[in-house]
Amino acid sequence: MRVKGMIHRIFTEMLRDKRTLALMFLGPLLILTLVYFLFQGNGTQTATLLVKNVDQSLITALKNDHLEIKATRASSTAKTQIRRRDAAGMLVQNGDKLTLTLANSDQSQSTIIKQSLQQAQVKLKMQTAAATIKTQAAALKQLQIALAKATGQAGIKGASQPATTEKAVTIKTHYLYGGADATYFETLLPILLGFIVFFFVFLISGIALLRERTTGTLYRLLATPVRRGEIIAGYLAGYGLFAVVQTLLIVLYTIGVFKVQIIGSLWLVLLINLLMAAVALTMGLFISTFADSEFQMIQFIPIVALPQIFFSGIIPVATMPGWLQVVAHIFPLYYGAQSMTAVIEKGATLTTVGPSLLILFGFALVFLVLNGQTMKRYRQV
Amino acid sequence: MATVINVSHLTQGYGKTIVLHDISLQVAPGQILALIGPSGAGKTTLVSAIMGMLRPKSGTVEVLDTPMPDRALLAKIGYMAQTDALYDELTGRENLAFFGTMQGVLKIELKQRIPRAAAVVDLQGDLDKPLKDYSGGMRRRLSLAIALLADPPLLILDEPTVGIDPELRQQIWAELHRMAKRGITILLTTHVMEDAEEADQVMMIRQGAAIAQGTPAALTAQYHVDSIEQVFLQAGRDQDAR
Ligand SMILES: Nc1ncnc2c1ncn2[C@@H]1O[C@H](COP(=O)(O)OP(=O)(O)OP(=O)(O)O)[C@@H](O)[C@H]1O
Ligand SMILES: [Mg+2]
Repeated sequence: MRVKGMIHRIFTEMLRDKRTLALMFLGPLLILTLVYFLFQGNGTQTATLLVKNVDQSLITALKNDHLEIKATRASSTAKTQIRRRDAAGMLVQNGDKLTLTLANSDQSQSTIIKQSLQQAQVKLKMQTAAATIKTQAAALKQLQIALAKATGQAGIKGASQPATTEKAVTIKTHYLYGGADATYFETLLPILLGFIVFFFVFLISGIALLRERTTGTLYRLLATPVRRGEIIAGYLAGYGLFAVVQTLLIVLYTIGVFKVQIIGSLWLVLLINLLMAAVALTMGLFISTFADSEFQMIQFIPIVALPQIFFSGIIPVATMPGWLQVVAHIFPLYYGAQSMTAVIEKGATLTTVGPSLLILFGFALVFLVLNGQTMKRYRQV
Repeated sequence: MATVINVSHLTQGYGKTIVLHDISLQVAPGQILALIGPSGAGKTTLVSAIMGMLRPKSGTVEVLDTPMPDRALLAKIGYMAQTDALYDELTGRENLAFFGTMQGVLKIELKQRIPRAAAVVDLQGDLDKPLKDYSGGMRRRLSLAIALLADPPLLILDEPTVGIDPELRQQIWAELHRMAKRGITILLTTHVMEDAEEADQVMMIRQGAAIAQGTPAALTAQYHVDSIEQVFLQAGRDQDAR
């Protein structure tokens, strides 16, 4: 009954605070929409490559959607030409020798050029195999070797020329999850979903308890026979429900407006977010005991909330140095985002994400106990 | 049950600092005890110890024959804190209902008790206003109404008359006396000598020690003066001389 009273109070307070409501429910939709447009059109990035004296067969092999090839005859150095024409790189052929110079000011553009060169190498290999006239085959072979050298110089592992059987290689990309038109937004969505719930619940519940502490209502509350656990349970249920509504709103919005597909079960998505909310809430309540004002609570965000984003999968954890991968495991958002990605993109079931969820549950439990302990400061029974 | 509050040789403090030294006091059922003393004397600390919010450093505190601290017993204590702790977003009625629920009052009982408690402090007309629109005195009165709400056998009021006009003060005292007649025990702290004179028992605390204790009449007789205020000043001088 007391827990119900707590929930009722939290609801009445929240529903009367229109600004916080708007922030909690409309804020995330705004952010997601922004992110959607930011990461939607990233398949169209192109790089400009200047070519000088390059064989026509190679130029044909190089051609692809991401590469803009511009022929040049000027005699000035590659350096000046790249600068003057704002290109990403320049390829010069001198007899059998190819030289690649990369501007390298934008890594992704350099990558486009290198990949195009590798693809061209493969194409040439196929053409060599298919070539009927010997001289032509020899010329193509020459080009291939030069190309391997050039890409090797430019810093990529030039596919070392296997002198053995040369059979035709075809490249076809298969997509396990999501089609060829899957955007970065779809990768980001599950991570954002977890983070938004975490962030809002952390902040709002933390500040709510802080306010109870500074206005003295927490002390007054503890002067009634209420159990410390009942206060925390009330907070958990009250703000947990808001988190569920928030998640539902975000999920329905992304499905309806952005046509994002959720492969796994929607219930599992809600469960994960509920657990995330529980962790955020217990953490927020705990952290708030170390703050004396709302101002100080805000100062905890860069320390507690922001680092979690880095380990949530936006930067693939597997590519991090070993010790950082260990660090990732102490952040709740790592588990939340991981399971959310698994469910939304790969249709993972409860059994697959179970261990991660258990860990999240453990986080909530630990902070719950810590909260009970810190509340002893105000009433010792 | 001979005593409702039984404090014996209580020493209390915060961390390493000792605020109260060797305090003993008994309050019988239906009695009104006023704690008076200068600011910082330790009145609120004593109240917190009696409520069981603080564990005694040494000595014992018993309320209604139960050793404190004891969480469940708090249901039998109506408490008014020195600083108003209320929810600004809620109305007066919602504040009453919330604290009533926390105190363990059933929902059906709340319906009749809220208007009754509000009537004592003259707040019936303002119950549906949000707390934001309350004046300082109105907030004080609402805090008192919350303490009265559950109709508990023991009332602990920390400076209940601050910010309350003389007319309402009289009305509140009339109600407190009525409750005492019904057997409700009341402990209150105050700086106002008129409040002390209304009480059955007065205890003076100064620098954490009890310097005088008794009925107002007995105290004035003992110190050969004619008001509690003069008793207070004289007892203070005596303490300094010691
Ligand atoms: N939470 C606390 N932590 C540390 N010291 C405290 C705390 N609360 C009170 N004190 C100290 O204990 C002493 C007694 O304080 P207390 O609040 O009991 O005084 P009081 O008699 O109620 O005063 P007032 O009439 O001003 O309300 C003061 O010296 C005060 O500084
Ligand atoms: Mg006080």
